Amino acid sequence: MSVPRIRWHIIVFLAPATLVYTAVMVFPLFNTLRLALYSEVEQARVFVGLENFRTLFFDPIWSEQFWNALGNNFWFFLIHMLVQNPIGIALAAILSHPRLRFAALYRSAIFIPTILSFVIVGFAWKLILSPIWGIAPSMLDAVGLKFLFAPWLGKEEYALTTLALISVWQFVGIPMMLIYAALLSIPDEILEAGEIDGITGMSAFWKVKLPLVLPSIGIISILTFVGNFNAFDLIYVAQGALAGPDFSTDILGTFMYRTFFGFQLQLGDPHMGSAIAGAMFAIILVGVCIYLFGIQTRMRRYQL
Amino acid sequence: MTRNSLKLALAAMGLVAAGAQAQDVTLTIESWRNDDLALWQQEIIPAFEAEHSGIKVIFSPSAPTEYNAALNSKLDAGSAGDIITCRPFDASLALFEAGHLTDLDDMEAMNNFSDVAKSAWQTDDGSATFCVPMASVIHGFIYNADAFAELGIEVPATEAEFFAALDTIKEDGSYIPMAMGTNDQWEAATMGYNNIGPNYWSGEEGRRALIAGEQKLTDDAWVAPYETLARWGDYLGDGFEAQTYPDSQNLFTLGRAAIYPAGSWEIAGFNAQADFAMGAFKPPVRNAGDTCYISDHTDIGIGMNAATADPEAAKTFLAWVGSPEFASIFGNALPGFFPLSKTPVELTDPLAREFVSWRGECESTIRSTYQILSRGTPNLENETWGASVAAIKGTSSPAELGQKLQEGLASWYAPQQ
Repeated sequence: MSVPRIRWHIIVFLAPATLVYTAVMVFPLFNTLRLALYSEVEQARVFVGLENFRTLFFDPIWSEQFWNALGNNFWFFLIHMLVQNPIGIALAAILSHPRLRFAALYRSAIFIPTILSFVIVGFAWKLILSPIWGIAPSMLDAVGLKFLFAPWLGKEEYALTTLALISVWQFVGIPMMLIYAALLSIPDEILEAGEIDGITGMSAFWKVKLPLVLPSIGIISILTFVGNFNAFDLIYVAQGALAGPDFSTDILGTFMYRTFFGFQLQLGDPHMGSAIAGAMFAIILVGVCIYLFGIQTRMRRYQL
Repeated sequence: MTRNSLKLALAAMGLVAAGAQAQDVTLTIESWRNDDLALWQQEIIPAFEAEHSGIKVIFSPSAPTEYNAALNSKLDAGSAGDIITCRPFDASLALFEAGHLTDLDDMEAMNNFSDVAKSAWQTDDGSATFCVPMASVIHGFIYNADAFAELGIEVPATEAEFFAALDTIKEDGSYIPMAMGTNDQWEAATMGYNNIGPNYWSGEEGRRALIAGEQKLTDDAWVAPYETLARWGDYLGDGFEAQTYPDSQNLFTLGRAAIYPAGSWEIAGFNAQADFAMGAFKPPVRNAGDTCYISDHTDIGIGMNAATADPEAAKTFLAWVGSPEFASIFGNALPGFFPLSKTPVELTDPLAREFVSWRGECESTIRSTYQILSRGTPNLENETWGASVAAIKGTSSPAELGQKLQEGLASWYAPQQ
């Protein structure tokens, strides 16, 4: 028996990607997790084990902020799941209708906000919704609905929902594009076979197309989950690091930023910041695992 | 032949350039005053460079809210500038303790400053001073003098007169009585609570008693300012909850609001923007004849990055910043930032003179939350932002706010336990 030949070309081709990914992703990730196990006492770094996590979850001052941020994060995610993804699917279904005119124009127009910077989106919407200079109050005034206007970004009860909807506006193009691509890949024979069996119009969508694009919807859900629990930019741009009013828009990302880098007179604490980052990582990991093992493996796939 | 002379000329040029590079030292200043970029580039730096050939200075500011975080990261990474603009108290103290700032006690220019001026950049025991004091800012109210004349309002001196004036403006309806929003939160604490507060807690007396643990944030002196702030809500513009700091500035300078709760740092910007006459009044006292207290807050210092490549040049620059000459250029180039140097500076701007004149009439103090009390978690300064906003919006009662702040402070600060 001959010794199996080492296939060097595999290693050579994998090396660049592995090295780069390790240097910029894997190493920082584990180093952050390691940092969470330390604390600074009198200018020296001391190993404290899980003490930082104990503070984060059980100290009343820290845990109140943590659960508030986590709760806000879930609300942020929920709005995306309930508004962004259904609208994205509906838009994709409409766009894939063969007799729709100017479909390419609509598709581009809806997708464009996705490629804009968060800074532009946050700033533009802040101006649109500004009670002083914004066009939202004057537009509502023009149709006699001025009484419906409120300084949404400044009210505790509306601010987070408003920001979530701004984010939905920005990113609705992504589920739309993914579902659109999935819908286009459904072969005409299947739809025609359905038509022969009498399934047409809306019921063709519910009974034939939707089950076929379900795996794509699953992917979109998990992308939304990861994106939302890593979110930071929009809140920071629109409301600042204190995520006002009264922390009502504080999510894990802004909480982590404030703790890690400090804010105004509050000094940065990289170790507590890393503990929060570690908690975020764990939450996302659990979420993704639930999806991968609990949902994706049970999802029925159809051979097209 | 021609080719050779060309080569020679090129070589000579190269030599000259190399020579110039070897002589010139470049100092980079880290700062959060991005509003002052033009003044530094056009007035302050040329004045310094004219006297000190061979030292080039670059002013490199970042946004105020990002400055501390950005500076800390740069210092840790070793990429920060040679000269560091110092926030007062703990932010800079932490930098000094971490070895990022140099002890400047032995610098002769330090004798130009009083102990109070230096206190914001000293260790708790006063043994080391690590930043040269540059300027303080004074709180008060700036008003639209044309609007006041039009409505026949006298400048208010007491709180009753202040609210009467606001009522008059509100009834007339052509101006928003007061331009302030709560979206960015800090104005409510800085231009609200710490502006009017010293009249309630008797300035330094109350501030020191709080640090010593003799007074509590639940005491009337510390809760009553929230009660007054709660009355402000009625006089702020429509939708003030989402009004940002630049919104407020624009509302006032466009002449749409009559009174602006201010810090003196606004003066330069307002002079450039507003085309109406402006005046300033100090925080109104509670009863006629009371001693007045003002917040004369040591706000900016300047120090040296311990890791700088050119400590000598940096010290030369800092010594110049400590000189009366700099104080005069700075005080007049940036009306509203009042030099802390012992030598009095003759200011030319009328609004700045009005502000600085209060130093003679009232007792000075600094912002209550800045020294020592914002060292722990929860951070008292940040909590005060939230509390001041809640008071103005009326989402919490003043007594609840005092209770919450006291609990937060007592959770980590031993003298309050």
